[in-house]
Amino acid sequence: MADPEIKSYEPYHESRSAAVTESRPAQAVLMAIAFAFLGVFLLLPLIIVFHEALAKGIGAYVQALSEPDARSAIHLTLLVAAISVPLNVVFGISAAWAIAKFEFKGKAFLTTLIDLPFSVSPVISGLVYVLLFGAQGLLGDWLKGHGIQILFAVPGIVLATVFVTFPFVARELIPLMQEQGNGDEEAALSLGANGWQTFWYVTLPNIKWGLLYGVLLCNARAMGEFGAVSVVSGHIRGLTNTMPLHVEILYNEYNAVGAFAVASLLAGLALVTLVLKTLLEMRYGAELAATRGH
Amino acid sequence: MTTAPAQAGWRFRQPSVIPGFGLTLGFSLTYLTLIILIPLSGLIWRSASLGWIDFWAIASDRRTINALKISFGTAFVAAAVNVVFGTLVAWVLVRYRFPGRRIVDAMVDLPFALPTAVAGIALTTLYAPNGWIGKLLMPLGIKVAYTPLGIVVALVFIGLPFVVRTVQPIMEEIDREVEEAAATLGASRFQIITRVLFPGLAPAIITGFSLAFARGVGEYGSVIFIAGNLPYKSEIAPLLIVIRLEEYNYPAATAIAAIMLALSFVMLLVVNLVQTWSRKRYG
Repeated sequence: MADPEIKSYEPYHESRSAAVTESRPAQAVLMAIAFAFLGVFLLLPLIIVFHEALAKGIGAYVQALSEPDARSAIHLTLLVAAISVPLNVVFGISAAWAIAKFEFKGKAFLTTLIDLPFSVSPVISGLVYVLLFGAQGLLGDWLKGHGIQILFAVPGIVLATVFVTFPFVARELIPLMQEQGNGDEEAALSLGANGWQTFWYVTLPNIKWGLLYGVLLCNARAMGEFGAVSVVSGHIRGLTNTMPLHVEILYNEYNAVGAFAVASLLAGLALVTLVLKTLLEMRYGAELAATRGH
Repeated sequence: MTTAPAQAGWRFRQPSVIPGFGLTLGFSLTYLTLIILIPLSGLIWRSASLGWIDFWAIASDRRTINALKISFGTAFVAAAVNVVFGTLVAWVLVRYRFPGRRIVDAMVDLPFALPTAVAGIALTTLYAPNGWIGKLLMPLGIKVAYTPLGIVVALVFIGLPFVVRTVQPIMEEIDREVEEAAATLGASRFQIITRVLFPGLAPAIITGFSLAFARGVGEYGSVIFIAGNLPYKSEIAPLLIVIRLEEYNYPAATAIAAIMLALSFVMLLVVNLVQTWSRKRYG
């Protein structure tokens, strides 16, 4: 991020004349508007989650979280993330290797296709699997005949989650590996390393922070996905409810403490994600610079 | 897979000593096809097999049209709000130095990290008539929760980082000497901002707008709690898809989804054209 740049800016800053920066009062007004906006739109929602979760005391909070349905929702969310994140990591590394290390026809088109899930509504991401595997779906009869349950079960939830989190790792790694070039790998190969050794001992150490960054964002979305999962899950309490879906059910039952208690865990996850992300950007800003965006 | 014998200058890929091309490209394409392409083409195939008459009947249904209008209308307004405030936030973060700047900067990504359902119930609680903000707006006669205005609020939350994160890196790259030159030539601060700085930022602002808009059109989780979901009034298109699915009305769900995809595609095309135009104009 901006570390080296701050140093070069700061000495100027004091002496900068009014002509190339806003006047002091104007600065104060602009900052006040920006902070007020961020306070109302970002900070207050975050505060109210914890405020409501603890509204009836810590006892009620702990009790809401130890309820069997809440616990099974937590387990399912962890399970789904544990399956879908590694899948997208393998895909992300593989796609980045093919795209960044080689020149081939149709590369730009392939990169565009990888970003496709970002421009599709989460609800549509779930719908496409309902159309494929549902009772009236293309494969519905075949699946029923063979007794395979995909929709309204864990496989469907995993598929929908994989769909929405598909681009995260790949789009962190592609620009990073493109910028790093092929020099290190070519050196390793010329010294007699084989392909796997080159990857494990040369490429992976080079991309580890970018990979971690991608995994972080991928995981946050995988655990928090609502729309796509909601369409394919069938909302069976204790069985196919992930944490975000459980939040919805409790909220609609006017169980505010329960809903916000589960929500507070997800908000905590978001905060941890942001902190780690910021630390990564601060320490490895230069390495990650190529991938800065979201 | 190795390269096909070179046929008169056409090569699928450039030769390279790096191994693993066949394996990684093959795996990536298979995975992409299975997870993304086959399911998405299933949607297109299903809506194409509806036939024009059925398709038109669903598309011209008043409830469908209203839901689409609400989704695209609120997403447009929210993206416009985010252009103003997002650009301002980016400006403050790039140009001003204040304690806690890093924390504020990190906070901007909160909507990316916070699950949409959590954002939805938090915003609804804040803006409900008895909520912290709703209570203040009530005497002014402004109702936010359970109205289209609530949808806009949720989409402003969701879309903010898209604008800030697109505009911020471009702002950081602005060469301060350009501003100094303009100042020495007698431009006022206002002229410098509107005539010198803004044109350079315009393409990034348009990109940020279109990303926030596209995300807002498809957004579901944060909106359904605060919207009130009254048909014809505050029912968004993604919710109507879910409702049709729950009625086992697959054709209607498919058709609405196809219309949404098509409209978003046209939208992105228009944005790209505006983008090209602004680059030519200001570039």
